[in-house]
Amino acid sequence: MAAAGALVLALCLLVPVRARAAPWQQVLHQARGETVYFDAWAGDQRVNSFIAWVARQVAACCDVTLRQVPLEDTSAAVTQVIAEKAAGDNAEGTVDLIWINGPNFYALKRRGLLYGPFTQQLPNAALLDVRDRANRFDFTVPVDGYESPWRKAQLVFIYDSAYLKHVPHGIRAFPAWAKRHPGRFTFPQVQNFLGVAFLEQALYALTPDPAVLQRPATPAIFDKATAPLWAWLDQLRPYLWRGGREFPVSGPAERQLLEDGEIDLMPSFNPTEAAADVAAGRLPRTVRSYVLTHGTLGNTSFVAIPYNSPHKAGAMVVANFLLSPRAQARAGNIHYLGGPTVLDLKRLTGSERARFAALPHSPWMPSDRALRRVLPEPHPSWASRLAAAFEQRYTP
Amino acid sequence: MSEPLHLDEVSISLPERLLIPPLSVRVMPGEVVTLMGPSGAGKSTLLSFLCGTLSDGFRATGRVWIGGSEVSALPAERRRIGVLFQDDLLFPHLTVGENLAFGLSSAVRGRAARAARIAAALEEAGLAGFAPRDPATLSGGQRARVAVLRLLLAEPRALLLDEPFNKLDAAMRADFRRFVFEHAAAAGLPVLMVTHDATDAVAARGRVLTLSQAPDGSARIESADGALSVAHGTERKPEHEGGALVANRRS
Amino acid sequence: MRIPATTAPSVSPQMRPTFWLRQAPRVTVLLFLVPVAAGLAGTVLPAFGWLPALGGRHLTLAPWLRLAAEPGLGRAIALTFATGLTATVVSVLLVLGLCAHWHGRKPGRIGRAVFAPILAAPHAAMAIGVGFLIAPSGWIVRLLSPWLTGWHQPPDLATVQDPYGFALTLGLLVKEVPYLLLMTLTALSQLPVARELEAAAALGYGRSVAWLKIVLPRLYPQIRLPLYAVLAYALSVVDMALILGPSNPPTLSVLALRWFTAPDVSMYFPAAAAALLQLLIVLGSIALWRAGERIVCALGRRWIASGRRRSRLEPLSSLAAVLVAGLGLLGAAALLDLAVWSLTSRWRFPRILPSHWSAAAWREQVAVILWPLETTVTVALVASALAVVLVLGCLEYEQQRGSAPQARSLWLLYVPLLVPQIAFLFGMQVLLTFSRLDGTLLAVIWSHLLFVVPYVFLSLADPWRSLDTRYARTALCLGASPRRVFLRIKLPLLLRPVLVAAAVGLAVSIDQYLPTLFAGAGRVVTLTTEAVTLASGGGRRVTGVFALLQALVPLAAYGCALGVSRRHGPRRVLPGARA
Repeated sequence: MAAAGALVLALCLLVPVRARAAPWQQVLHQARGETVYFDAWAGDQRVNSFIAWVARQVAACCDVTLRQVPLEDTSAAVTQVIAEKAAGDNAEGTVDLIWINGPNFYALKRRGLLYGPFTQQLPNAALLDVRDRANRFDFTVPVDGYESPWRKAQLVFIYDSAYLKHVPHGIRAFPAWAKRHPGRFTFPQVQNFLGVAFLEQALYALTPDPAVLQRPATPAIFDKATAPLWAWLDQLRPYLWRGGREFPVSGPAERQLLEDGEIDLMPSFNPTEAAADVAAGRLPRTVRSYVLTHGTLGNTSFVAIPYNSPHKAGAMVVANFLLSPRAQARAGNIHYLGGPTVLDLKRLTGSERARFAALPHSPWMPSDRALRRVLPEPHPSWASRLAAAFEQRYTP
Repeated sequence: MSEPLHLDEVSISLPERLLIPPLSVRVMPGEVVTLMGPSGAGKSTLLSFLCGTLSDGFRATGRVWIGGSEVSALPAERRRIGVLFQDDLLFPHLTVGENLAFGLSSAVRGRAARAARIAAALEEAGLAGFAPRDPATLSGGQRARVAVLRLLLAEPRALLLDEPFNKLDAAMRADFRRFVFEHAAAAGLPVLMVTHDATDAVAARGRVLTLSQAPDGSARIESADGALSVAHGTERKPEHEGGALVANRRS
Repeated sequence: MRIPATTAPSVSPQMRPTFWLRQAPRVTVLLFLVPVAAGLAGTVLPAFGWLPALGGRHLTLAPWLRLAAEPGLGRAIALTFATGLTATVVSVLLVLGLCAHWHGRKPGRIGRAVFAPILAAPHAAMAIGVGFLIAPSGWIVRLLSPWLTGWHQPPDLATVQDPYGFALTLGLLVKEVPYLLLMTLTALSQLPVARELEAAAALGYGRSVAWLKIVLPRLYPQIRLPLYAVLAYALSVVDMALILGPSNPPTLSVLALRWFTAPDVSMYFPAAAAALLQLLIVLGSIALWRAGERIVCALGRRWIASGRRRSRLEPLSSLAAVLVAGLGLLGAAALLDLAVWSLTSRWRFPRILPSHWSAAAWREQVAVILWPLETTVTVALVASALAVVLVLGCLEYEQQRGSAPQARSLWLLYVPLLVPQIAFLFGMQVLLTFSRLDGTLLAVIWSHLLFVVPYVFLSLADPWRSLDTRYARTALCLGASPRRVFLRIKLPLLLRPVLVAAAVGLAVSIDQYLPTLFAGAGRVVTLTTEAVTLASGGGRRVTGVFALLQALVPLAAYGCALGVSRRHGPRRVLPGARA
């Protein structure tokens, strides 16, 4: 059944809707000389460098100037588009492309503030791995051609094997582990996507019927589904860093704690984070990262174009370039970014496949097999309800 | 060119206090009229009014003439009334020569001609070769003379002296006083001097007016031959010293 | 008795400013009031539910109810008051204590060398540096571990982001004490008090007591406005609170920012309510402070009249001096640790210095930094130049009119410093969006001007007003036009304060985070937005690079200002040297 669904979707993605699609040559022509403002979270220096590389490539090939607008939080770009809509600025928006997924995508798509569907116009979209559900549903919300994938992310845990011999391999093992290692684990505050992702991971493992997570959360369903989560948290929380009264503001802030030796174990939504830091000499070679035995939440990072972007053609050229085997191979290279590709290797030519085969392997990344144990993200409504309920419960 | 300076019913007051009661006086070319009075009485304010730099808080009425032209209708820079203060006020960022050039009328054209005029003026004042000097390197007496030269080079039609001899020591003072009066007389300028020092008045050898203010808020100006002008500050009953205090705070 | 004038009184044309000069104060005030007023309206209306673009079409109290339902709101408000008021009260006490202790002695070269970079360093950078110093795994603990503490792992102590906001208060003190000290020393240099102090000493008064009884009452009115600015800032600070303050709950301004930027835009309404509440807190605190002033004033009068010559305050003022020195040391150490981090590869607890060094952070940033650096410098130069022109215009207008400086207009200038940024920047963004200016350099420069002009005014007004007006009068009487007097006499004489004011403006512009973020629509990237963004994500190495650059650019500007004014300023030549 699922396979059949995937096939239908694959067909949808593959067959261009000719009536609406402008020929790609025309898009390329129109994109010439455009400056594309790319709103992207800038907390990861390696991503910033990658975007700078992309900018050089699209400038050389297509005469498109790509400027990264560094964001502290992707929601700033969402607010910006909504503010422009409020001001009636329907054609000359300031955002041309957003690195987006999950609740932010949901917020814009629901209001009709995204341009599209556009992905079927991108030549490289034909190479996409459509069997991967995360490329088609973003936190259960159908992508529908309104955003284009470029990277994969998955929840992993990072620790230093020189200081820590035993790590919890399942959500249920966390309270006992934390009791033996008081103050040595924490997760970011729930206003941060990583903090709430950790809660969702726990919920997935603890709730009686994980299937409800794929549907919008109503108060009744929510209360029933989350009861075991709160019981589990009540056990875990006293043994967290700072006694669970304070949480680091973000993933990078938590990574600094790991580096300082304030904690021994941390979650991360970037499977390559540890490897990258080891390669840069920031973390010792004894650092490891792993995926829980029964899998962890994973999703795809997308780029979307606001409805009022004045440089849609240029933005599409960038989105298409991000899907090219060349860009994907670069992104998959642990020296630059690292991580699994969103492309289906079977659809590539032999030489393109060779690029991926030749990518260096890093012992500090979870194994490819482990990275295949991906759990689907819950519907976005769960994240906001979880954050609100957590605040309600644990704010002194 | 020499014309008298004529004050016609000039009066200055603050909202709460009269400073100068209506004063009419005609200062002839080459004559020095001295206005005496205690400090803070408003003498300097009168000079500010005459040269057109009076501040906003004051109310001034009356007219000022030089010869046949009314100057009180002109902005300060077009009145051509020179003023000398007790400090020389040489511009510290300019050399002596540049200070004099700043004063020298722009009617004198050509760099060489202007330099020659300045050199001649310096030479005549016993300051030959001082043009490239920094004012800070001059003695007090030298600086005072440069200030007078700067003033005269601007070819004023009248001269106002605001206690210009105050800061000089006794020996230099007499010297400098003579220097100023001689130059003013030579240029045929009407001179109005304010001072609180009687010896200045004597040295000026001209008419002396005395400004005084009574505790009741009235002010009067007297000359040797009797009262010239008396007036009350306000129509309201004067509010002892409080009024003056308020006035001071406002200023 | 009054003798009427016999001739009709003619109103004499005393100084009459030209048309353009007359516009200077109007333009300045307009530039100020329009964005602040529009910004406030853009906050007040949504706070009561009115924002049609987001579906708010009638007035309601719902945003306030939502705000009130926020868990931890009470704590957030208490935290805001506690950190803001404590930081301000302690800053004032320390600065006044130090001045009482110090007066008459020359401030040391070392002191100036320490405080200049602290003043120039942006708040965010300083917060990051201080955060590392006092963290359980920070430099201070490392210096003492494990030989003294026995700790091989950092202790699980909340020394940063503590629930009581001590770390935030300390961070505020490190930045605000030098600022307040600078303002106080500037005000003191305008007060001729040496002889009065001598007289008091002759009457048997101790040094500090004499200072408190004679100087302070005259000094205080001069530093009141900067003091209120410190109070307002400390109550509504965002960037420092994000880094040093607790997060669960955070201070009110952080809460408001969190909601303003939440993906769920319906939170815009309670966010506006929170921003308005923030404004009320600031206004209430200022009112409270005024009441406090009255009480202290009344008590002070009695104390002065008591004739007591000595006081137990005397040793306390020495303590204040020690504490200020400690804060200076802390600030300097914070900047130093940022420098070390920018060169760090690996540095695990409890090592005092990194085990592996690397210039990678600097190398990586060279390519990335040029664009933000160029933008930062362009915005800062233009904003600061415009501010200097406007302020000079206002001051020159004031002088040509001969009117006394008006306290009212000064308050007006201070409005952007007293109204919390969070309370009007969002509304201002809507205004900018409507006028299609958002995201442009012009908008950013304008928003910076709001904060640059008051500081430029503060640093330029005193030297400008204290220039002997007789120079200008003499020049006028020599036949020079007001314009010529301004250009040839006043400007050259005041070259140094003008350039220093420009440098101050530059530093203020570089420090702006929220205004750049909002007016720039995220598109205009400066060193500061970059540094705060990276601080949220990039860790200390890259932050160190940006923070140091942020501190260095204004320092370089100060250096240039002093260098140029030394070269071209009024000559101070020794006798004979030029003869």
